[in-house]
Amino acid sequence: MNVDTQLELWEVFIQKNNGLPFKHEGSVHASDKETALQHARDIYTRRGEGRTIWVVPAKYIASTTADDEAMFFDTTDDKAYRHPTFYVMPEGAKQI
Amino acid sequence: MTTDQARYQYLLRFADTSLVMAQRLAEWCSRGPILEEDLALTNISLDYFGQAEAFYNTAIPFGGKQETADDLAFRRSEREYFNFLIAEADNGDYARTMMKIYLLSVYLEKIYTALSTSSQPELNMLGVKSLKEIMYHKRHSSAWLFRLAHGTAESASRVQQALQDVWSYTDDLFSTDVCDELLSGELNYEITAMKHVWLAEVEEFMKQCGFVLPQTTYQIQGGIKQMHTEALGHVLCEMQYLQRAYPNAKW
Amino acid sequence: MEDILTTPISQTALAHFEARLQNDEKIEPKDWMPEAYRKTVLRQMMQHAHSEVIGMQPEGNWVLRAPSLRAKKILLAKIQDEGGHGLYLYSAAETLGMDRTEMIQLLHEQKAKYSSIFNYPALTWADIGAIGWLVDGAAIVNQVSLQRTSYGPYARAMVRICKEESFHQRQGYEIMATMMKGTPEQQAMAQDAMNRWWWPSLMMFGPHDADSPHTEQSMEWKIKRESNDRLRQKFIDKTIDQAYVIGLTIPDKDLKFNEETKSYSIGPINWDEFWSVVKGNGPCNKQRMTHHIKYHEEGRWVREALEAFAKKQIEMN
Repeated sequence: MNVDTQLELWEVFIQKNNGLPFKHEGSVHASDKETALQHARDIYTRRGEGRTIWVVPAKYIASTTADDEAMFFDTTDDKAYRHPTFYVMPEGAKQI
Repeated sequence: MTTDQARYQYLLRFADTSLVMAQRLAEWCSRGPILEEDLALTNISLDYFGQAEAFYNTAIPFGGKQETADDLAFRRSEREYFNFLIAEADNGDYARTMMKIYLLSVYLEKIYTALSTSSQPELNMLGVKSLKEIMYHKRHSSAWLFRLAHGTAESASRVQQALQDVWSYTDDLFSTDVCDELLSGELNYEITAMKHVWLAEVEEFMKQCGFVLPQTTYQIQGGIKQMHTEALGHVLCEMQYLQRAYPNAKW
Repeated sequence: MEDILTTPISQTALAHFEARLQNDEKIEPKDWMPEAYRKTVLRQMMQHAHSEVIGMQPEGNWVLRAPSLRAKKILLAKIQDEGGHGLYLYSAAETLGMDRTEMIQLLHEQKAKYSSIFNYPALTWADIGAIGWLVDGAAIVNQVSLQRTSYGPYARAMVRICKEESFHQRQGYEIMATMMKGTPEQQAMAQDAMNRWWWPSLMMFGPHDADSPHTEQSMEWKIKRESNDRLRQKFIDKTIDQAYVIGLTIPDKDLKFNEETKSYSIGPINWDEFWSVVKGNGPCNKQRMTHHIKYHEEGRWVREALEAFAKKQIEMN
């Protein structure tokens, strides 16, 4: 038997409505971007869930790992000054 | 024939074509070359079922008979169907199915574009609604044919063979009858001119695929005159089984 | 991904994994996980994916004969959903490092299983009702529970699948209800389908808890959230009343209702039949596999062409 193929893996991101962010919805197998877009349309927007589709070859997606978690993200825990609630506003000040 | 009768029969031509095409494409269910394509073909089939229903329901008031879309779909025989022959032609391999979808969608795109400018409100509505779906079918089938044509030697020869075979059903798409004459004021197209446009587009696309149009003069016609190929009887036989076997039952 | 999976078990990694489970957090593809956990989740997702895809066949057997335009559209859309769900599940399984080509190969070599229920034939139109109502009904009970499974991609696929499948059981029940209001022939057809599908549906939940050796570990890992018997009982209790509403009889002479627990107790399940079908001797085992292999092979030239095309990088005007 020859080596079989299920074609390349693509990750699918869909924008549900104009102005909303794109959200990862799943993946499809396809040979190229046009067929990947068509498959994404047929598979992930059958119930009218789509407005715009992005597809990206899965191999181009880089990810942090669990090992990165502490040094990447825990380090922001003590930086409350990035949030508006950190600041004390004088009594009576409005619309700020 | 009155104008309403002409509208009725003209609409059945497209309703029947859509229905038979839908039924044929449903044959691919669980048989696609890759799971993604299984879903794609089912989507096209569902579009055609929806169009068939819309065309039947629009036709019925013009016919003036007490009937439903299901009566028209499930209770008429081989010699009562008006569909174009390309719809009933067997699916064959994947290349042939894509070729059927492509050649028919280029044609229907032209027809529905014309209808979507019709002054007749029902025709106008059907044209507008169906056009979007047909445009997607054309995009899908042309993408696949193009890829197969530029894939392996085997896939290219299969597409070439499909073109050769399905070509013999294409003159049938441009045959007309008394309905076309009676409705000439509201159809907004002239069939000979449309054939030129269709041919030019298909020729250009086939050139991109690396093919020339077949030189064959063998053409089979008769769909709208209710003269079909032997294939239609089998399609209807399977599709109508329950309705025919239990005529008093409701499902 | 590979490097993480093959990292030697460190006590911290294991502690981290266990803490996640403890806190009901999800395990994600790139997280460290015990090899046995990885294998169990992968096997379960792959089996689930294959089940969706093989499940297209019995219903596909009626798609060309569905008796109305409405029924045709519904059935086709439903079978399409099954294919889509197979696809979501294959994708989820692929996050654990096995590609779909290999999963399909394992199916064809009968090293990967699919749900035995699809080895029963869909003989009449009423079977389409029974499959939707009973088989999808049983699957949904299981899948609702799996929305809380510990492997992130599996849980997310389940959430999507449950949302989409909510119409599946209704369409099946509607077919049964319509037939029970129909001609005597239709009623007989519906009852016959009920008689044939009831017990196999109950078997879908798997052996009794006492005879299910892997359950305990799977529950500990939170892959499985509720036991076979518990899920089966949920299904029995909601389904029997639905049957009575439309006038169907349950084919179980030992069936009893317990007033105290407000719950039904059923007669003995024929586990010999269950194991026989699992081992490959059901009415359609061979047919289902032959079908899948045949069309997979027939599609090979298409996949090869697409792959060849991708290498050429030609653009269409």
